[in-house]
Amino acid sequence: MSEDVILKVRDVYRTYDIKGGLFKKASTLTAVKGVSLDVERGTTLAVVGESGCGKSTLARMLTMIDAQTSGTIEIDGLPIDISKTGISKEMRQTVQIVFQNPYGSLNPRQKIGHVLEEPLLLNTDMPPAERQDLALQMLQKVGLQPEHYGRYPHMFSGGQRQRIAIARAIMMKPKLLVLDEPVSALDLSVQAQILNLLADLQDEMGLTYVFISHDLSVVRYIADKVMVMYFGEVVEYGTRDDVFNNPQHEYTKTLFAATPRADVDSIRKRLAAKAA
Amino acid sequence: MSLLEIRNLKVEFDTAKGPFKALDGVDYTVDPGEVLAIVGESGSGKSVAMLAMMGLLPNTATITADTMTFEGLDLQNLTAKDRRKVIGKDISMIFQEPIASLNPCFTVGFQLGETLKTHTDLKGRQIKDKVVDLMTSVGIPDPAGRLNAFPHQMSGGQCQRVMIAMAIACSPKLLIADEPTTALDVTIQKQILDLLVKLQQDSGMGLIMITHDMGVVAETADRVIVQYKGRKMEEADVLSLFESPQNPYTKALLSALPENATGDRLPTVSDFAEAGGF
Amino acid sequence: MTETSPATKADTAKLEEESRSAAKARLAEFWYYFSQNKGAVVGLVVFVLLVLMAVFASLIAPHNPDVQYRDSFLVPPVWQEGGKTEFLLGTDAVGRDILSRLIYGAQFSLFIGVVVVTIALVGGITIGLVAGYMRGAVDTFIMRVMDIILAFPSLLLALVLVAILGPGLINAMIAIAIVLQPHFVRLTRAAVLAERSRDYVVAARVAGAGHFRLMFKTILPNCLAPLIVQATLSFSNAILDAAALGFLGMGAQPPTPEWGTMLAEAREFILRAWWVVTFPGLAILITVLAINLVGDGLRDALDPKLKRS
Repeated sequence: MSEDVILKVRDVYRTYDIKGGLFKKASTLTAVKGVSLDVERGTTLAVVGESGCGKSTLARMLTMIDAQTSGTIEIDGLPIDISKTGISKEMRQTVQIVFQNPYGSLNPRQKIGHVLEEPLLLNTDMPPAERQDLALQMLQKVGLQPEHYGRYPHMFSGGQRQRIAIARAIMMKPKLLVLDEPVSALDLSVQAQILNLLADLQDEMGLTYVFISHDLSVVRYIADKVMVMYFGEVVEYGTRDDVFNNPQHEYTKTLFAATPRADVDSIRKRLAAKAA
Repeated sequence: MSLLEIRNLKVEFDTAKGPFKALDGVDYTVDPGEVLAIVGESGSGKSVAMLAMMGLLPNTATITADTMTFEGLDLQNLTAKDRRKVIGKDISMIFQEPIASLNPCFTVGFQLGETLKTHTDLKGRQIKDKVVDLMTSVGIPDPAGRLNAFPHQMSGGQCQRVMIAMAIACSPKLLIADEPTTALDVTIQKQILDLLVKLQQDSGMGLIMITHDMGVVAETADRVIVQYKGRKMEEADVLSLFESPQNPYTKALLSALPENATGDRLPTVSDFAEAGGF
Repeated sequence: MTETSPATKADTAKLEEESRSAAKARLAEFWYYFSQNKGAVVGLVVFVLLVLMAVFASLIAPHNPDVQYRDSFLVPPVWQEGGKTEFLLGTDAVGRDILSRLIYGAQFSLFIGVVVVTIALVGGITIGLVAGYMRGAVDTFIMRVMDIILAFPSLLLALVLVAILGPGLINAMIAIAIVLQPHFVRLTRAAVLAERSRDYVVAARVAGAGHFRLMFKTILPNCLAPLIVQATLSFSNAILDAAALGFLGMGAQPPTPEWGTMLAEAREFILRAWWVVTFPGLAILITVLAINLVGDGLRDALDPKLKRS
């Protein structure tokens, strides 16, 4: 069982120093308070919470953008603590990230082909022709055409850009993919396509996902395990069915109650209440 | 008589790649006391229609319509001055980004007061009282204390409440909410939607909800217009739309909702496009 | 996954074509927005004419700019009484053809513009990039130094620098470049600050890009739009400042046909012979105006905030 755990996080904290001004004292803000979690290979952990709950900070620590203040992170047996050891090429190849906003995550002055080749260029000694082949294959894999290779990001729709961002993230064949709200900036129909793509890639490449989202309907669809965060703390952590069918924490219950319901029964109930 | 009536509205933009048809002959009617939801994805022209009606589009846009009336008043041939008398008073609008919609240089109390000064005859003390009343009615805690708060000192949800207060300050007959909760968290969204519906029911004004979120539609609307690429796909009351959608695009949208997922894969709109031919 | 499909290999030529057409579409869009601004197009035409004039000066100019015609001092322009057809715009106090001197002067003005802007741009971008990217103490130090430079009246500072370096065109250009540099530093830094926290920069970092690559390859190309606009405006500024220094006797030295120097030489004839001052003045005015118009059009075409359709 423990062999299957690819991501092991123990008691991780992250604090930010807030600089004092002329009339303000310096203070610290704790964005993540003692988070521990395990993710098994090939599964999806969904992290749910509202803005400011620390879920994006957690994502930044998992992807080595920021260092944790204390606690341990282990990806596939490799300890991650960039403030002490820095980042090696080996560490880079274990984890990648996909951002929320597909309009901001691609360099507007970089052709799509170069976007995809950049990770290979920086981390491997592959010859250019081979890189190009890999990039072209990847384009097809995420549902784009080879002729997209030479185009600029602004020529693509939001959904296509998110496909490109996903393609870039899996170019290095990472073991773990952190998805920071990958579908919340997309239209409903495009969202479905991207979720399908993610499911396909997971099957095909055995990827492990940490899926960060505020949208419970998406989480319910994609997750194996669910973790609910509230003000930097984990308030609920369990399998999807446990969390959705039997929420323990007050906040989780509030969150479920606030989610709009688009089923016919709820509409009937609402209209009846309005008529009364 | 319907409150707002628009027939055959067309909007075209001039762009580098030639003219772009944002709206192609769409009709809208809203009755007093009705909640109409206009739902569509980006590029469907759902916001463009209302902006065109209010004269808020840039001048690269060409707007034509057979009829465009508000309470029988023809909106197309109004001078800018007459238009201002109607818009902001009888028709008002709230936007997606609450914090960006407020002027960061002034306190929320001052901005609310300005709206009242422009459109009503209230003076000094009366304005302040009315502002406090308004802030109470939209559920801002400690309204008298928040009068002197600047927008950046308030949360997104609070700012949206202020925007709503500003919009209902002159008791409009029609309120247009353009994605009012998209930038907000789920729990705040719930509060704002409940507030909007409550205000609408109390005052009997017409409410147009522009949204991409089927959940928001289900929770608020009486009648729904589904738009796609500048054309109207379907118009129905909310229950029959969700119960038995007629148009293939609407069917596609509803089945793409993750909560309606049945199998391993989510059906996508393109799956339906081939069959439905839209 | 690792096997290469033959279909993708064969498409390399097609790929390159696609890549070129993407670049072409970018250019076409740029031209569309630029040409919407009629003033900018006029400015561009004038500027191109000016460049042609400078390049082919030896072919166009009717006389050698330094030859003094002893029999024709202060001849008025051809349409005035006493004008000679061989001197279209008249001659100056020592009998040199004003038109020819203006044509050759264009060479100097453009040369000054190009050199000054290049020095200021390269220096400003490098310093601004470092300041914006590193933040912290480095940023504070650089920006305070720039603030000090900006606190001097620009012409005065240029004068002081020329006084230290000694008068002459090259020293004047260096002085002007130093004076203009802080604007580029500030602009670059502001743009870098805005870009460096964007997701694509973070994504490049996650992909393993080092500091140099992030600064010059990822961030810099996205900061260029405001810099190009500022560069055109500085181009005209440089010409103006060089003319001013020339007028004060600290720039190009006589008999160089530089426009500002020509003005300085003509100072004492302002009342007697209006043409010796008016034509160099007009030349400076038209050039600066044309370049500023082009700068305006560039802003329209490059600033994404102005074209959200």
